[in-house]
Order: sequence, then structure tokens, then C-alpha cells
Amino acid sequence: MNNYLPLSIISLGILAFATLMLVIAPGIEMARPEPPAGLRPYTAEEQRGRDVYVSMGCLYCHSQQPRAPEQAPDGERGWGRPSVSADYFYDSPHQLGTMRTGPDLLNVGARLPSESWHLTHLYQPRAIFDWSIMPAYPFLFEVKAKAEEGDVVVALPPGFAPAEGVVVASQEALDLTAYLLSLDRTYPAPEDGIRDDGYRPRGDAE
Amino acid sequence: MVTMGLLLALSFVVSLLALAFLIWAISNKQVAPDQHDARVIFEPGDEGHVDSGETATSRPYHFDTVRSGIDAVSTRPVAVLLIAATVWLVIGSVFGLVASLKLHWPDWLSDHAALTFGRVRTLHLNLVIYGWLSQVGIAAMIWVLPRIFHTPLRAPRLPLIGAALWNAAVLLGAIAIANGWTDGEEWLEIPWQLDLVLALAGVFFMVPLIKTTLARQVHHIYVTGWYFLAGILWFPCLFVIANLPYVHSGVEEATVNWWFAHNVLGLWLTPIGVGTAYYFIPKIIGKPVFSYAVSLIGFWGLALFYSQVGIHHLIGGPVPTWVATLSVVHSVMMFIPVIAVAINQHITVGQNLWALKESLPLRFIAFGALMYTMASFQGSIEALRSVNSVTHFTHYTVGHAHLGAYAFVTITMFGAVYHMLPRMTGRVFRWPALINAHFWLVVIGFAIYFFGLSIGGWLQGLAMLDGTRPFSESVILTKPYLEARSVGGALMTLGHLVFAFNVASILLPQRVPESVRTVPAE
Repeated sequence: MNNYLPLSIISLGILAFATLMLVIAPGIEMARPEPPAGLRPYTAEEQRGRDVYVSMGCLYCHSQQPRAPEQAPDGERGWGRPSVSADYFYDSPHQLGTMRTGPDLLNVGARLPSESWHLTHLYQPRAIFDWSIMPAYPFLFEVKAKAEEGDVVVALPPGFAPAEGVVVASQEALDLTAYLLSLDRTYPAPEDGIRDDGYRPRGDAE
Repeated sequence: MVTMGLLLALSFVVSLLALAFLIWAISNKQVAPDQHDARVIFEPGDEGHVDSGETATSRPYHFDTVRSGIDAVSTRPVAVLLIAATVWLVIGSVFGLVASLKLHWPDWLSDHAALTFGRVRTLHLNLVIYGWLSQVGIAAMIWVLPRIFHTPLRAPRLPLIGAALWNAAVLLGAIAIANGWTDGEEWLEIPWQLDLVLALAGVFFMVPLIKTTLARQVHHIYVTGWYFLAGILWFPCLFVIANLPYVHSGVEEATVNWWFAHNVLGLWLTPIGVGTAYYFIPKIIGKPVFSYAVSLIGFWGLALFYSQVGIHHLIGGPVPTWVATLSVVHSVMMFIPVIAVAINQHITVGQNLWALKESLPLRFIAFGALMYTMASFQGSIEALRSVNSVTHFTHYTVGHAHLGAYAFVTITMFGAVYHMLPRMTGRVFRWPALINAHFWLVVIGFAIYFFGLSIGGWLQGLAMLDGTRPFSESVILTKPYLEARSVGGALMTLGHLVFAFNVASILLPQRVPESVRTVPAE
């Protein structure tokens, strides 16, 4: 190896080949003109909530990609059916995640449909689960002497409520909760849905 | 899906054919890296002598005028990059430690959005990757490439401009992330507007290195040069494509994300670490690497296989089966280049264990090189579907990531820094015991960190796979292991403070009695 130019060209050629295999080919295969029936776009409020989800870094502890029953008991835990690429039609940036320090959230809106529950849980997760290690988000809430008209008051068990006044959800907390409640991919998976079927027993594949 | 099966087979066959061709070419002397070429790193008189001399008690190092002319030009940009990198290492480690503590003290520092776990963890990652590792890597390139090309660095002012831009972008990126302005994908959080500045800074690093390459005074490009020169082409391509705004979306964005993130490890940090080890190990020992021909297989094997492993981060996810399988297959194929590098580096060290006593930097570098082998073997096994089902989504993966990026690359770079600084300044380290203390702090700290997360993560994975156990069990059982990780992380951070002190102590003007100063020329 005595020449710079061949070294550069071959190195870049190999990277281009890898890009073709890992990005371009699967990208073409997964490209869809239409979202699946049953998936609706995020509302403005839900999209704002999704931005809060992204900016708080929820991704680093919560995945959004239930596994197939052959691989893991995600369905039994109520996390939903195995997701397919079309389920993420409206998602950017993607939030598939690589950690389950907390549970999968792709169907959390279907599993935990109460706004009040989520607000309490976001304000102080340990008010609901004493074993939880999820961060509390007190800065998404405001402590007021008295709730004003239109305020959403957070229900808190004794010991977690402030000594005086009430805890009121900020717009960000309400948006985030709206996003969490919108996470619901319980509609049937499209017939031509694409996902990694590598755990399916042999002979069952096609 | 016959076509997709064909694509998968095609990719694998192409890589295998390329490797077979390479082996044929080597054995038929089509490309002839003979053992003689491995000696290009030595100046006349260097070979056969240990290149130590970091402390007042060790033998003064050989210092010829040609070499000092080369080093003198590189010293300024290297010093600037090293100082900045060290500052980011310390800040980045503190954020890492805070993030670790927050996982078992969830109500600690929870009053401000900037200090929430999701942001602190992200600050840690971006500061150590872009602030520390990338800059110390570029510093090593600026130091080593002119030496192996026997010519001074060209355009030595450009890296100074590059460093100013790069550090401004890293600082602004950190402020952006702390305030919730993020692109929202792992390893790509810095807003794309600031990524433009990073990319521009990269040009200021690349141009002098390429100009130096084209002006080289030796015919042969030493193996370290292959890794470094390919790395400075690969990384900009990856970085720019992955950060393009408004182009990627949905699951396609996820494949871009992991194509990028794993290639940052494989085609940027690994070339930095392996290239550095390939230069300093034989240089310090004073003997060429064990088998120079094998190093070709290590390099091209890395390029062919590592570039296609990224989608193993999406195994069992909403991606086509064939692309996940493709990445699993290539992950396993990584055994080939890793064994090739291992043969060269470990046998060279193993035949010269005496040198570990002579040279403190070599201890770091030899340890780091060993960890490259470990991390890669672990990664290949972790990509297997059966193993991945347990370890994916758990803290086990975090342990693995640190085995690669920390125990391998970071510790290798510590050694390189300790070797470069005395030659840059013409001074010695006044407190060699502190270098030793640094070594043991980070090695012991890392061992606690790694075994804590690996055991805890594995148990966490088993608990999550068992449908009869509630999810809460997988959280509760990891807590003691997360605490152990904080202990390990605290020792590592303490080690970094010692490292920063050592760097400062040799760079700052010192009042030393005339008798202990090294005499550069003999």
C-alpha cells in the first residue's frame, strides 16, 4: 500500500457499498406512499408533546418497538403487537430506542388511557410505583396557592403533595400527556407490514 | 422475498470475494507489504532501543534533529487539541457520573430540565465522543502522520482554526442539548445547524493531513496511515449524510441512525485506536510488528465487515429481516480482522513484556489494544440473535459500549498522550507515580463498571424475557449493579482528574533544578 489515491477510492467505495446495503436498499423496500389504515397523524398538541418527549430524552430509557411473541413476552405485558415499519409513517425523528430501563411505550396510550394517571406519574413516578427509578419532572408543573379556571390539578397521594397549595400541569406537561395518550398502534398490522421475522420458527417464514 | 435473500447473499459473497482476492494478492506478492516496510517508523538508530524517557529516572530518549524538526511543527496544533480534549474529558466524565447516580437516586437534582437524566446522559455521550475522543484522535494523527511520512506537517495553522471552530461547536452543541434543542437521535443529538460548523472544522483538520500525505518523503504508507487516512474520509461522509435535515424519516431514519452510530465506532474511533496502537507499540518497543502482511487483512477486513454491522441495533425490530441478518453475519465476520490485529499487536507486546516495565505509556496502549480484542469478540457474540434477545435493551449493552469506546480507545489514547507530551515539551513528568495512579484508577474503576453492568444487564434481560415476572422485577434487581457502576465511574472520573493534572503539570512552565532536566540532544 504505497499510494494514497487507490486507498481512498477503495475505502470510500466500501463505505458506499455498505450504505447501499444498510440504508438505501431497506429504505426503498420500506418506502410507502400511504400510511396504514388506522394510523392517524399527530394533532398539533400531540406533536408539541412529541417534541417534549424528544427534548427530555425519554428515548434513552423507553423503546417504541414491541417484539414478536417468538422472541419476547411483550404482548403478554400489554405492550402491543409486533410493530411494522409502516407504524412509524408520521415519526421524525424516530424514537425506536435501544433501552428498556422503563417499559416499551408504542402502545402506552391504549394500555394506560388516563390523563390524570400520566400527570401524577410525570410529576412524581414514585407516587405510583415505589420501586420506580424514572426521573421526576417537577419543572413541568407549577405549585399554586389555588387552582384558577382552566387549570388541570394533579392528583397526589399524601406525602407527595406540597405542604400548601396545589400542583398544576403546565402546557408542556399537558402536551406530553396528549402525545403519550396518542401512542396506540392497536389497529391490525397491514398485510404487507415489514419487520424482522428472524425469530419465527423455521418453515413458518413465507 | 427471493430478491432480498439475493441481496443479502450478494453482500456477503462480495465481501468474501474481496477478502479472498486480498489474501490471493498478498500471497502472490501483488501487493507486497513486506516486513521491511514495517520499519518505516524508525529513524536510523531507533530500532532496537526502547523509546521511553517520560520520567527523570528513565534513560533519555533518542532525539534526532530530523525528527525534532518534524515534531516541532506538529507540537502547537497537537497541544491545542490535547488541552481542549482533556477539558472535555473531565466535563464529560462528570456528566457521565451524574447520569449514573441519577439512575439510582432518581430524585437527586431533579428541579431543572437541564439536569434531567435524558439530557445529562446525552451531554456525557456527545462531550466524550466529539469533545474528547475525536480531538485526541486528530491530535494523534497530526503527531504520527508526519513522523511516518518523514516530513513536517503541511499548513500547520489550519488545525488551529479547525480546533477553534470545533470546540465552539461542541460547546454550543452542549448548551443546545442542555436546553432541550436536539435532533433527537442517539449519537446525532447536536443540532444540524451546529453540525455544519463541525463539518467545516473537519475540513481544516483534513487538508493539512492530506497535504502532508501527498508531500511524504517515503514511498510506503505505514499501516497506521491506512487507518488514519481512511478514517478522515469515512467519518466526514458518515457525519454529513446522517445529519442531513428533512431527508430521513420513519424507520429509514432509524437505519441511517445505526448505520451512522455503529460506523462512528467502527470507521472512526476504531481506526483512531488501532492506528495509534499500531504506531506506538512497535515504536516504543523498538521492534517492528510481528507480521506486517497480516495487518493488511486486519485493515481491509475492518472496512468490509465493520461497515455493515450497524443494523444489529435493530434486531427484532420493524426492519426487513434480511438487513438485520446481514448485520448479524458481518458482526460475526469481524472475528477475522480482529484476530489479524490481535496477532500483530499482542504477539509484539507478548514477546517484549520487559518493555512494559520501561514505558508507562506502553502499559496504557497494550492494555487498550487487548481491550479492542475483547470488545470486538464480545460484540460479535452479542450480535447473535439468541444472545441479542437477552442483552439488547439492557445495561449490558452500555457495558459493551464502554469496553470499546473507553477501555480500548480512551485508554490507548491516554498512553499516546503520555508518550507525546515529553517529546512535545522537551520536559519530563515530575511525578511518574501519578501516571501509575491514573492507570490503576481507570483500570480498577472500569473493571467495577464493566462487570457491574454486564452481570446486572444480563439478569435484567433474563427477567424481561420471562413473562411470568412483572416488569418491575427487571428494574429492582438492577439497582445494586447500577450503584456499583457509579462506584466504578467515580474512580474513572477521579483518574481523569489525575490525568488532567499530569497534562497540566508538564505543559505549564515548571521550575525544575537543572540536574533533572532532560538533555534533548546527545
